[in-house]
Amino acid sequence: MANKATGKGYENENFYSDIKFMFLGIGNIHVMRNSLLKLLEVCELKDPTMSEYVEGLQSCAWLKHIKAILDTSLFIASAVGEEGNSVLVHCSDGWDRTAQTCSVASLLLDPSYRTLQGFMVLIEKEWLSLGHKFTDRCGHLARDLKETSPVFSQFIDCTWQVLQQFPAAFQFNERFLLTIHDHVFSCQYGTFIGNCEKDRIDLRLPDRTYSLWGYMLHNMSDYVNPLYKRNGRYDTMLKPNTGPPNIRFWRGMYNRFDSGVHPRESVLDVLCVAKDQSSSLEDHLQLLNKRLGAMKALLGQNSVTSCDSLTDSAVLSDVESDARCRNAASVPASNNKLLQSTEAVVRGNAANSESPSDCESGIDVKSLRISQCSLEEKRSAELRAGELEMEANSVAVEWKTLRNVHNCSCLTQFEYFSRKYHCWKCGDVFCTRCIDKHTALPGHYSQRPVPVCRNCYKEVKCNV
Amino acid sequence: MEFVELIKTPKVDGVILHRPFQSPLDGTLCITGHHLILSTRVEHHEELWLLHRNIDCIERRFDANRGAIVIKCKNLQILRLDIPGQEEALNIADSIETLSTLEDISLWYPFYFRPRQFDILEDGWQAFNVESELTRLISHADHSWRISHVNKDFTVCPTYPETVAVPKSVTDELLLASASFRDGGRFPVLSYYHGDNGAVIMRSSQPLVGTTGRRCKEDERVLNASLRPGKKGYIIDTRSPNLIQMAKNRGGGCEPEVNYSQWKRVHRPVERHTALQESLCKLVDACNDSRASMDKWLSRLESSNWLGHVKDILTCACLTAQCVDKEGASVLVHGGEGIDSTLQVTALSQVILDPDCRTVRGFEALVEREWIQAGHPFNDRCGKSAYSPARSRYEAPAFLLFLDSVWQVYQQFPCSFEFSTQFLIVLFEHAYASQFGTFLCNSECDKRKLNLQRRAVSLWSWVNRPEVLQNYLNPLYEPNKSVIWPSVAPQSLELWSELYLRWTQDNSILDETNKQILCIKEHNKELRTKVVRIRRQLMDLQKEAIEKGLLAAGNHGNTETASEAYSSSAS
Repeated sequence: MANKATGKGYENENFYSDIKFMFLGIGNIHVMRNSLLKLLEVCELKDPTMSEYVEGLQSCAWLKHIKAILDTSLFIASAVGEEGNSVLVHCSDGWDRTAQTCSVASLLLDPSYRTLQGFMVLIEKEWLSLGHKFTDRCGHLARDLKETSPVFSQFIDCTWQVLQQFPAAFQFNERFLLTIHDHVFSCQYGTFIGNCEKDRIDLRLPDRTYSLWGYMLHNMSDYVNPLYKRNGRYDTMLKPNTGPPNIRFWRGMYNRFDSGVHPRESVLDVLCVAKDQSSSLEDHLQLLNKRLGAMKALLGQNSVTSCDSLTDSAVLSDVESDARCRNAASVPASNNKLLQSTEAVVRGNAANSESPSDCESGIDVKSLRISQCSLEEKRSAELRAGELEMEANSVAVEWKTLRNVHNCSCLTQFEYFSRKYHCWKCGDVFCTRCIDKHTALPGHYSQRPVPVCRNCYKEVKCNV
Repeated sequence: MEFVELIKTPKVDGVILHRPFQSPLDGTLCITGHHLILSTRVEHHEELWLLHRNIDCIERRFDANRGAIVIKCKNLQILRLDIPGQEEALNIADSIETLSTLEDISLWYPFYFRPRQFDILEDGWQAFNVESELTRLISHADHSWRISHVNKDFTVCPTYPETVAVPKSVTDELLLASASFRDGGRFPVLSYYHGDNGAVIMRSSQPLVGTTGRRCKEDERVLNASLRPGKKGYIIDTRSPNLIQMAKNRGGGCEPEVNYSQWKRVHRPVERHTALQESLCKLVDACNDSRASMDKWLSRLESSNWLGHVKDILTCACLTAQCVDKEGASVLVHGGEGIDSTLQVTALSQVILDPDCRTVRGFEALVEREWIQAGHPFNDRCGKSAYSPARSRYEAPAFLLFLDSVWQVYQQFPCSFEFSTQFLIVLFEHAYASQFGTFLCNSECDKRKLNLQRRAVSLWSWVNRPEVLQNYLNPLYEPNKSVIWPSVAPQSLELWSELYLRWTQDNSILDETNKQILCIKEHNKELRTKVVRIRRQLMDLQKEAIEKGLLAAGNHGNTETASEAYSSSAS
């Protein structure tokens, strides 16, 4: 109604027949800004009682707004996905609440947006190219504080809420969302600078800045959700439960730097380590089986029994997916090109849906098979006693536990959200800076480069 | 009495069962002495077997020719039965109500239940023998503690077990005197011995100081004997000063510092009895109202203050653990009677301090020692759950609050517990209604009177069977030898949705996630053993090959070091 007074409003029902109107009131940018300010006050309360805290959550109404956005998005998604109706979404300008609800609805409807690259595409499509005013909303320039509003933060929060309810439906993890959120404000990359596409072209950002996506794809392994399952029950529309007890306060976001309040052991980290370790061991097993076959042949035994066909096939798929992961990372990092290439990849994915891997994109399986063949030749050289020893030494069977690892050997402290990396050779834990080397290990069949610490890197290089 | 007399209509056809998230079930309803059974009469189809004891209360909703009965269970589930025929419905409702509220314990199901699906491998009644548990506890104590049988035949304290651990230098006569000075005869006994530094946790009930300031020198000597030379101790009182004043007027009170000069008294009030019960009712009500707005939900969550109580218990347990671990000081914990909040605090601080309590056996032993044998009156406290309007003043979800607090610690240390959170839910369910005798009665003494060990089966006999236990193990478990300090900040405490929202939301995703976690961990374990195995095999073959001269020994190192490398990386 307030809008009508200024000559705007909504579609006149008499002129738009066959249309059903739904008004789903979500607060405007000013309401949201104040709500976040109050929420942060609650987070910073000194030693609050439970009552003060819950009352604070209630009075700041942040969770209420999150629920409203989710409810509306779910409504849109159901209308499209279940009833087969087309929906037009708008608010007053069409770049805040509209962007939120449309992007969350897309996330619920289409599994491809729940992948790492798909989510980037979604942000490019629904936020950047549709003109969400990042510079104004995030206060990149100290212009008008009244224009700032945590609209994008709410979108990230909503995504987290859905991720909480469907832990296996997303290829990415909480760290991925936090990193994107950090860089929306950091302006370290050009991606989120400007208020619309035209601004970005005028500023020649693709030529003058790096894209955030390039950086993130390069560090893809940090953002992979170990529980992600590509196929199965999550291939369809997600229907999150938007009952109030299911909408939760996101401690990892709003109390991120209060290291005391986070769990002391992270399930996701432990699972990531288990998966990486398994991948390394599968690769190693493949080589061991090969050696075993050769050894038995040498001793004149029947070599057929030695081959463990089960692990063989498993290794192949895993190795493929890993290699694809790296290929994806080498995608050129300029803004423009990237958008295209990621979209292409997403399309490629959809076409290539029978791919067996449960992580990573879908790049070039064939060329990999070829390189696999040449590998076969290279590595089937005759047995040498010392080599076996070296191969075994180069792959750690037991990896150091993450428990009670508070800092790297370089004394860098680990925060709750900082990734702790294992050296695949010695199995020790390091920080991101100390694990900057990748190399192929003699004990791995695939000879793909894997993360190793500096000492191990030297050792491997010396032996070669 | 025969159950038959209480069952007016034993069988009705065409009954429809409604449950959230499941399609209605159409079948025949049977009422037996202990169960309500709904069967579709189709083979391999699910049947509902509901223990009458599990029913907290029922609501009747009748119209002209049919009746609906809403059944609210103690495990928080809500069911609805649509019954054709008003008379049948009335009869059924009456029977259920009578059968679910039988006063005489010996008519309850545990006295009739005989396991047919399993033989007893290990008798749960013997699994946690008090004497051997206590002996184990004080075995590190280099003879400064002893086992006392002063309570033989429960003559000194009816709510204690017959065997207790006390300081070595304390004679049974001193204990008798101390018992006469403590509420209900609950003199100070050992609860936990901290192997690292010899500090202990003890528990008791309040001293009977009264308004006249009575004094008992023997009680003082018992307490002082537990202190290590030159160390002060802490008395942690779980009541507010107000409550203590009230207790004084009724003959109770707390230790005055003049007489207990080696002890420092600390008050950490935690809520008890009716207030707890109301809190739980409000919480469960709020959880069941799925259409509430966010405002309404948060305000109801706040007014229930359940999480506030969780925070209080955790804070108090952390304080106790801190005194013991960081200061090496001994602690005496008590409230009023020493059978509710006292046990919450002593048990929870052991979960924090003692790695053993985070294993399946250790946790079971803890529940036995600190709850069942320590005289928590399960019969009184768990008679009704969150729904029943008819409640006695003895009801209180003290044990549930303890389980919730353990769950909170679990959330912060998800890899430090051998059991899964599902195991905690099993304990909750069996504490309120069970086919087993473990949580029956108010004390060991009562159990003895009913000859329970012979007449009923122990929960541990069932749950510890390998095929049962494997469902309650935590795939992420990695033994953690250290003390685990949980955060008690409100942001760190969450609603235990797995329990409170268990029946009102779809839990299949949670199950699936757990399965997946298990898969990842199992696969990983399998690979590690396989690698070790094949490496060994390869080494043996290499040795053989070299011996046969088929393979030249490598240029760097001989086979000796090689096999060492294999076995060292394998170990």
